[in-house]
Amino acid sequence: MSTAVTQEQIEQVVIESLQTFGADPEEIRPDVTFEALDIDSLDLAELSQIVHEQFGVELKGSDVAEIKTVDDAVRLIASRA
Amino acid sequence: MNGREGCALVTGASGGIGSAIASALGGDGWPVGVNFCGGEKAASETVKRIEDRGGRALAVRADITVPEESEQLFATLEEHFGRVLVLVNNAGVRSDDLAVSLSDSDWGSVIDTNLTAAFRTTRRALRGMIRERFGRVINIASVVGPRANAGQANYAASKAGLIGMTRTVAVEVARRGVTVNAIAPGLIETDMTADLDGGLMEAVPARRAGRPEEVAACASFLASEQAGYVTGSTLYVDGGLGA
Repeated sequence: MSTAVTQEQIEQVVIESLQTFGADPEEIRPDVTFEALDIDSLDLAELSQIVHEQFGVELKGSDVAEIKTVDDAVRLIASRA
Repeated sequence: MNGREGCALVTGASGGIGSAIASALGGDGWPVGVNFCGGEKAASETVKRIEDRGGRALAVRADITVPEESEQLFATLEEHFGRVLVLVNNAGVRSDDLAVSLSDSDWGSVIDTNLTAAFRTTRRALRGMIRERFGRVINIASVVGPRANAGQANYAASKAGLIGMTRTVAVEVARRGVTVNAIAPGLIETDMTADLDGGLMEAVPARRAGRPEEVAACASFLASEQAGYVTGSTLYVDGGLGA
């Protein structure tokens, strides 16, 4: 992980994005699943795009299929940032 | 005038139908990217016609079958006008022959331009549209595809493919306020149809060729706010040929 990006920054971007997609801010926690937040595949495709713009991290469709929770997403992005 | 921050892109806008669509969207208040590959003069004239009526337009050369040029086309428009919120996949070619003697290169070039390049521009434009929660993709298909026309197996396959792509992509992005529709023109008076057999006219119930402006009016509607609940559709503009 490069020194430029912290896990907190990634977490913030992910949480803000989920809120934009319509997830209830009170329900967003690290262990909650995207399914429970009503976040669908198109939302995750959009999240991949935001992450690419902000951190230069490429997430493929197969990566996105693996991530189930908010924490999964943050960890995966952090591992590549 | 539309109140959106963004622009329209018409591919292959140096041709008859593309030029008419670009002019119509310019008249609707969209800044318009007038893409051309070979017809620089016609593209410049289209830009001038839009500007003379108080609109904004930019002619951009790009061979959209080349991924890098397609990407550069979007980058240029984003720099000048912002996100592409209306994409009209109009660029098309034909290279006719009976299937029994149709070459691989004539098959490939028609599929590459009419279908694959349109998929690539659609994928690129959708990113901005999804973020904007608004977008209009309009694919210029053809009555040939849904209907047979001997000597055009490649063209028919590409246009039928566009209609299939239209329906599927429409379903994927509908919940983001993005609509995806096709227009299927019949026999329209343009350079591309100038050499077609006159006998075809007999098959057109309206007994006349259509005008590019008649296709453009439909594109203008599909691009409008009012058309927000129309998606996955194919609008036939063919004088009844496909009926």
